[in-house]
Amino acid sequence: MADTHIDEPAPEVRARAHAGRHPGPKEYIRIAIILAAITAAEVAVYYIEGFKEILVPVLFFFSFVKFTLVVLWFMHLRFDSRTYARFFVMGLAGAITLFLIVLLTFQVFSS
Amino acid sequence: MASLEHAVAPPVSHHAATSTGLPSLKLAMWLFLASDCLLFGALISTYVLYRGASTTGPYPSDVFDIPYTSVSSFVLLASSLTMVLALAAIQRGDVGRSRVWLLATALLGMTFLGGQVYEFTSFVREGLTLKTNVFGTSFYVLTGFHGTHVAVGVLMLLTLFTLSFAGKITQDSAMTVELVGLYWHFVDIVWIVIFTVVYLIPTNPGPGG
Repeated sequence: MADTHIDEPAPEVRARAHAGRHPGPKEYIRIAIILAAITAAEVAVYYIEGFKEILVPVLFFFSFVKFTLVVLWFMHLRFDSRTYARFFVMGLAGAITLFLIVLLTFQVFSS
Repeated sequence: MASLEHAVAPPVSHHAATSTGLPSLKLAMWLFLASDCLLFGALISTYVLYRGASTTGPYPSDVFDIPYTSVSSFVLLASSLTMVLALAAIQRGDVGRSRVWLLATALLGMTFLGGQVYEFTSFVREGLTLKTNVFGTSFYVLTGFHGTHVAVGVLMLLTLFTLSFAGKITQDSAMTVELVGLYWHFVDIVWIVIFTVVYLIPTNPGPGG
């Protein structure tokens, strides 16, 4: 009884297969603890005199790590279809380009 | 992967077939968030441009209370955790626990908003209004827009919480919770940037300072 008819999987089934699996509560709590620790480090660095010279790059680094953790784990971009990531990166790249154009035009970096 | 041993598979919900094979609502939400990136990109650029350009005070260093704002940041980060826990619960079919986490997220959001109202009130008392100087204008517009986003998020969370009692939030409708969650986490990542750029990075004194 060879059944040659194979149903196409429903789009949502394909999407699910494409998406993989979302993390569980333990993983989320682990990420939240890391985020809280980085925030505490940000505030500590702000007050430590020794960091005054490199404060801005250090703060940007911490901010970038927190941003990435939330987007990849809490917003599931690490696990979901890459199409969503492309959409988001497109908007993010637009925002960063806008930021740089405005600040370069008004020579904020040279002041 | 050992860390994913308690992983939750997103439930298969009943969406109409789409040409991309992806739920259109989720795609639309990501497109909306991408466009919102541009809005906040413009507002943050404007703030960075003007924050050190005021000729009269109060200046950022006169009004900012970093320990207080740090607590607000922790509150918003905690709300992102409760939001994903609400999503994980509804994906497991645990409506009761999802409802609790949704309410917790809304309460944390309201706490953040209360903190922002208190902060704005104390700034006004110290003489910084929307019209005082360009720092005040750009600061209130940026953080006000963010606060408005938080308020909209709280309304969506409370709507989900209410709908759950009517039996309208089930495992099959986990996508709805996920969409609200995406919006909520976006509000959180915007705050991550605002906290660094607006509050923690020191400002050069303006022409008058």
